[in-house]
Amino acid sequence: MSAATAAASASASAPVLSPPRRPKPRRNVVAHTFLGVLVLYFLVPIWWLFVASTKDAEGLFSGASGAMWFDRNVNLVANVQDLFTYNGGEYLRWLGNSVLYAASGGLGATAISVLAGYGFAKYKFPGRNLTFALLLGAVMVPMTALVIPTFILLSNLKLTDTVWAVILPSLLSPFGVYLMRVYAAEAVPDELLDAARVDGAGELRIFFQVALPLLRPALVTVLLLSVVGTWNNYFLPLAMLSTAKLYPLTVGIGLWSQLASSNNGGGHSLWSLIIVGSFVSIIPLVVAFLTLQKYWQGGLSLGSLK
Amino acid sequence: MGWLFIAPFVLVFVAFLLAPLGYALYLSLFTKGLATGTRFSGLENYIHAFSDPQFLKGVWFVIRFSLVLIPVQMAVSLAAALVLDQLTTKLAKFSRLMIFLPYAVPAVIGALMWGFLYSPSFGPMQQVFSLFHASAPFLLSQDNVFYGLLNVVTWQWAGYYMIIIYAALQGIDPSLYEAAKIDGASPRQVAFRIKVPLVSSALVLILIFALIGTLQFFSEPQILGPVANGSITPDFTPNIYAFNLAFGYAQFNYASAISFSLGIVVFIAVYIFMFATRKKGSTLS
Repeated sequence: MSAATAAASASASAPVLSPPRRPKPRRNVVAHTFLGVLVLYFLVPIWWLFVASTKDAEGLFSGASGAMWFDRNVNLVANVQDLFTYNGGEYLRWLGNSVLYAASGGLGATAISVLAGYGFAKYKFPGRNLTFALLLGAVMVPMTALVIPTFILLSNLKLTDTVWAVILPSLLSPFGVYLMRVYAAEAVPDELLDAARVDGAGELRIFFQVALPLLRPALVTVLLLSVVGTWNNYFLPLAMLSTAKLYPLTVGIGLWSQLASSNNGGGHSLWSLIIVGSFVSIIPLVVAFLTLQKYWQGGLSLGSLK
Repeated sequence: MGWLFIAPFVLVFVAFLLAPLGYALYLSLFTKGLATGTRFSGLENYIHAFSDPQFLKGVWFVIRFSLVLIPVQMAVSLAAALVLDQLTTKLAKFSRLMIFLPYAVPAVIGALMWGFLYSPSFGPMQQVFSLFHASAPFLLSQDNVFYGLLNVVTWQWAGYYMIIIYAALQGIDPSLYEAAKIDGASPRQVAFRIKVPLVSSALVLILIFALIGTLQFFSEPQILGPVANGSITPDFTPNIYAFNLAFGYAQFNYASAISFSLGIVVFIAVYIFMFATRKKGSTLS
C-alpha cells in the first residue's frame, strides 16, 4: 500500500520536479569519433612537447617509454632552471621582449583601430570613402611584403635594431579598423549620439562615455587578434633586429634551433632547451585563450558579419 | 571632426604602408652595380624578376601549395564546425577548444614541434612504423616536404577557421531548421542546402585570409630549413628568396622588386578570387 502511494506520488510529482524533457540528444557515435580523431591530431604535438620537456637530454633520444610518454626520471624543474639561466638568462629577456612588443603593439593597434573604425562609421567627412577604399585595398596587401621595404626605410632613419622597429610597424592593422567600422555601424545608434549632443556633450566625451562601452566586444576581439599577431610575429623582428638582447621569443628560439642544427651549442644540449623553451613560450597564450573563452568565442566571427 | 578620429590611423597607414610601398617601388627602379654604382634602370628589375627561375619557382610553389592547402583546410574546418554545431555535449565543447588551441601557438613553435615529430632521432614516427617493420618516411625530404609543410599549416590554422565558421553557424536562426525538418529535409540536406550557403560570407573571408597567408609563406619553411637537410632552399618561397637577397646578399633594390612583385601577385590573386565569388557574399565591400 505504502509502496503504491509512494509510486503514485512519485509519478504525480515527477512532471513537477523535472521540466518537460527535451528529446535526448542522439548519441551520434560517428560524430564523436570524428571529433575524437580531430582532438587527437590537434593535441599530439602539444602533448609531445609537454612530455619531451620533462626529459633530460639522454631521455630525449633514448627514452625508456618512447617519444609519447614520460621517461623514468621527470626532469621538468631542472630543465626550466636550465632554460632560465642559460647564457645569462637570455630566454627570460626574450620573454620580456615578447611581452613588451605584444602589449604595446597590441594595445596601440587596438586604440588606433577603435578610433578610426568609429570615425569611419559615425562621421561624414570629405575623403572618407576614398580613405576607406584605400584601407580595404590594404587588407589585401601581404604584410610580409612590407617588411623589407620598411626595413630599408627605417634603416635610413637609424631606427632598425631598436624596439621601435618592431613596435611601430605593428601598429598598422587595417583589418582591425575594418572590423571596428563594421561593428560600430551596427552597435552604436546615431540617435544615441545625437541625444548626447543635444545634452551638450563634446564629441570626445561622447566617444569615451557613450560609444566606447558599446564597442567593448569588438574591442576585445581586435585586441586579442593584434596581441596574438604581434606575439607570434617572426618575419618582422627577424628582419629588424640584429642584437640578440632585443629578440622576442620567436626569433630567439629560431636562433637556438639554427645553432643546434649546425652544432654550435658549445657542448650544451640546445635541443632540450629549445623544447622546454617552446613549451614555456606557448603557456601564456594558451592560458589566456582558455580563461578568456567567453570574450573571444563570439568575437572572432565579427569579420564575417557583413 | 571625423578626421580627428582617423588621424592616428592615417598617420600609421602613411608611415608604414604607403611610404614603404612607395619607397620599395622607387628602389626597385634602380640597380646597384659594383662598377657602375646605383643607376636608374626602369623596369629592368621586374623583367629580371619575372624571368628569374628562382623567383618563379617560389611563386609556383606557393601557388601549388595554396591550391592544395586551402581546400584541405576548408574541408577540415567546415566539417569540424558542422559537427560541432550539431552537438551540445561536454565532449563537443572540449573538442572545440582543443581544435582551436594551435592558433595560440606561434608559427615558429608549431613548425619546430612538427619538425621534432618528423625527426628520425626524436620523433615517434619511427617507433610507430617499426611496429610494422617499416621505416618511417622523412616528411621533410625533397619528395615529402610539400606534404610535411601542408600538415604543419593545416594544424596551425584549421582550428581558427573552424571557430569563425562555427560562430557564423551559431548565428543562423534555428527556426529555419524547423521549417526544413517539416518539409522533410534530411540532416545532410540541412547542412549543405541551408547551413553552408548561409555561412558563405564567412567561408569567403577565410579563403581570402588563407590565400594571403599562404602566398606570403615564410616562417615555417624558414624555421624548418636547417633541419630539412637541404630540401628547403634559399629560394623556396618568394618571401624567403627576398629575405635572403636583402640580408644575405645586400641586394636591396632587387629584393624590393621581389617584394613588390609578390605584393602585386597576391593583390591580383585576391582580386580575381573576390571577383569570382562576388555573387555569393560581399565580404569586403
